[in-house]
Amino acid sequence: MATYQRIDVSKAGDVSIVTFKNSKILDEATIQELGTDLFGLVEIENRKAILLDFTGVEFLSSAALGKLITFDRKLKTSKGRAKLCSLVPGILEVFQVTKLNKVFDIRADRAEALAAF
Amino acid sequence: MADEAHATEWKRSITLPSERGSSRLVTDELLEQLGLSGWPADDIFAIHLAAEEALVNAVVHGNKLDPTKTVQVECVVSPELVRLEITDQGEGFDPKRVPDCTLAERLECPGGRGVMLMRSFMTKIQYNAKGNSVLLEKRRNASAPDA
Repeated sequence: MATYQRIDVSKAGDVSIVTFKNSKILDEATIQELGTDLFGLVEIENRKAILLDFTGVEFLSSAALGKLITFDRKLKTSKGRAKLCSLVPGILEVFQVTKLNKVFDIRADRAEALAAF
Repeated sequence: MADEAHATEWKRSITLPSERGSSRLVTDELLEQLGLSGWPADDIFAIHLAAEEALVNAVVHGNKLDPTKTVQVECVVSPELVRLEITDQGEGFDPKRVPDCTLAERLECPGGRGVMLMRSFMTKIQYNAKGNSVLLEKRRNASAPDA
């Protein structure tokens, strides 16, 4: 059974639901470990449908955005897909301002996101 | 470190080492003071984000994590205005030459969003001519960023 440093993972049917252990994702070590966890879901565990549920996440930096982008690219390369949900208004605005809402499929909450897979 | 407390204005000068994670030496107290000054949550988020981006840029890109270099930070927090001046000891850069990270061909680049986020979330951002010092301001209830 896989263990993760910065995320928790559960399943809803075929969808892997990822939640985050840190309310603030900004320091280098946290972001690196988060990347290792997320990349492992794709490259080691071969998961194809992944929901990133940001419930409880209050803050993330642009370095964290970079890690999410790399994760998404790896997932798409392996013919998988991801959705994001439950972003607080400030983080949602970060995705909108940077136009990353065109890269990621962002949903209001978990129920909406799961229904969209 | 110098600290002046005032009934309506808080000032702090701090010198940061050029190491990862040093931004917290500024942001922890900055966030506390923003709360004490009555800033709303969405503004606190914006100021935190911009400060974090500017501090990391100074440490990582400006000083290149050189342990012999420092970052000088001047903070002012009042109920109506936040001002942060962040100066590194690097060679500087031209912020006008930072590629637009919102262009389609750059959307999936992992980096290059820090300056853009600072511009979007603060009322004012101004670099000195050399590009090794940035002034960030946030005015309460301001509707749009100044150039």
